[in-house]
Amino acid sequence: MVAAIQIKHLKKTYGPVQAVQDVSLTIEPGEIFGLLGPNGAGKTTTIRCVCTLATPDSGRVEVMGIPVLTQPQRVRQHLGYIAQEVALDKVLTGRELMRLQAALYHLPGPLAQQRIEAMIQLLELEEWADQKTGTYSGGIKKRLDLALGMLHQPDVLVLDEPTVGLDIETRSAVWAFLRQLRAAGTTILITSHYLEEIDTLANRVGIIDQGRVIAAGRPAELKDQLGGDRITLRLQEFTTPAEAETARLLLAHLPCVQDVIINAAQGNSLNLLVDRQAEALTLVQQTMATAGLPIFGISQSRPSLDDVYLAATGRTLIDAELAAVGQRDLKREKKQAMKGG
Amino acid sequence: MSTTLPTPLSNSAGAAALNSAAIQSWKESLAKTARPDWRDFWQETLAMTQRLFIQLQRRPSTLVAGVVQPLIWLVLFGALFQNVPAGLFGESRNYGQFLGAGIIVFTAFGGALNAGLPVMFDREFGFLNRFLVAPLASRYSIVVASALFIASLSLLQTAAILSLSALLGAGLPNFLGLVLVLAIVMALVLGVTALSLGLTFALPGHIELIAVIFVTNLPLLFSSTALVPLDFMPHWLQIVASFNPLTYAIEPIRYVYLHPDWSWSSLVLQTPFFNVSLAACGVVLTIFCAGSLALIQPLLRQRMA
Repeated sequence: MVAAIQIKHLKKTYGPVQAVQDVSLTIEPGEIFGLLGPNGAGKTTTIRCVCTLATPDSGRVEVMGIPVLTQPQRVRQHLGYIAQEVALDKVLTGRELMRLQAALYHLPGPLAQQRIEAMIQLLELEEWADQKTGTYSGGIKKRLDLALGMLHQPDVLVLDEPTVGLDIETRSAVWAFLRQLRAAGTTILITSHYLEEIDTLANRVGIIDQGRVIAAGRPAELKDQLGGDRITLRLQEFTTPAEAETARLLLAHLPCVQDVIINAAQGNSLNLLVDRQAEALTLVQQTMATAGLPIFGISQSRPSLDDVYLAATGRTLIDAELAAVGQRDLKREKKQAMKGG
Repeated sequence: MSTTLPTPLSNSAGAAALNSAAIQSWKESLAKTARPDWRDFWQETLAMTQRLFIQLQRRPSTLVAGVVQPLIWLVLFGALFQNVPAGLFGESRNYGQFLGAGIIVFTAFGGALNAGLPVMFDREFGFLNRFLVAPLASRYSIVVASALFIASLSLLQTAAILSLSALLGAGLPNFLGLVLVLAIVMALVLGVTALSLGLTFALPGHIELIAVIFVTNLPLLFSSTALVPLDFMPHWLQIVASFNPLTYAIEPIRYVYLHPDWSWSSLVLQTPFFNVSLAACGVVLTIFCAGSLALIQPLLRQRMA
């Protein structure tokens, strides 16, 4: 079967910035594929190359077996694209914008009418369809944006950070809609830096960092590959470094404990990597009690996608986000996005 | 504000609503047809044009200003030069009559030159991406939609200028003359709109675009025959004006105002180097128009690959 999206050794630089260094991904028809990574990792650039908005420096991109570079017009028929920022014409009503969008995809009049009604129903826009989009809240805008993107029932829908800055209700509405799409057989490529979003939605996930794919697979597989469970232990609300160090040395000697690190960013709490066994938590608690050390809070969990990211890059996603904030020139990025090419 | 959302459809019900038989058969037919054709081109062009008209309808201030401004030009410039001795402005009976043609062309030119601005704002806002990711039959639909919109505005403006000029005693061209005036305005609008959109795709942002419009607009007016005839100018300016495309739009209009018996071979302009017939003006404008459209093609294609 032809892959829905095939990316091979994609490379794209903007001036001195290597946005994408080497990305290869295969996205199968009908799956939700999540592209996870911190801001500035190259997610949006990858997507822009898939959506014919940017020209790769090198590498090959195919959508439904059609090469993006040589047949962009055919690729566009198969694609729907939902940008991170919702761009609407605030003077037009939702229905008018949907009519415009239908014409851009050459839907015949009666079919366009039928699709618009179906989309209004599906995304519960009845109340808003005939209001100017300038009056919409962020959530309504996003719902209209989804309606616009799916009007022509593309085989592949690409969404860039679809829930950034949205309220909880809209976020779950977006998720529900994406699940309906998957049930309809639509392939979905979604970028996000929300772990939870990718974990709930995606069949498979690609983790991208500094322009490279560092891990790809089913979320459960990726997490299982790490092995072991995580125990987070806080001695006090704010533990002193000395006390944390004492506990660390003590716990590191337990046979079920593989590794212990002190997380200074979270009040010197201890992060333990332990064998996956039921008594691990009890053993840790007993050890602490025997040594007369206090416990403020303790919890055990399976590895998360963040741990996958941590294992591959040596830092958590949040740390990477924070580190990236100071390095990015958002103004320049916006200019590049406008220029395309 | 809290609105309770009705429960969304189940996944399968939602999928069924999305995947209707009608959309599936449309997609199958789409897969069979090789390329989009001219009908698709018209569909997308008309939809984009309609958007511009809806905007105008809900924000009519542009229309009002667009009609009032050339009329102010006409009255003010006319008054400024009204005491110029007769005969100084060629065959025209008075300056008002002379000026009409210049204001018509300058107004259409200004409108078309600004055509890129709304598209630039669409680009900056991200709205243009909707057009760029869509399987448009041709991106010239973006140009043609803007040109159609500006041309309609220009027609209204031209009608207003012609009427006021007539009221001020300039008379009117005959019917065929009016048709010629409209044809010239259309050609100029299409060519200049294309150039303006080319700039929109080439320049980094609206600040730069406004700067270019600013330094283009008035200099082109003053180096054309809009305000004074060619033989009124110093020699060097005559040379510049002879190569200014606006001159080739203005002179035929001025001629048909004065000569109801005009023909294609009528001599409408005498430059220091060559004499220009009405037909030749038509050729120059056609070449200008086709040249502009051809010139911007790489810019439209830029992001296609």
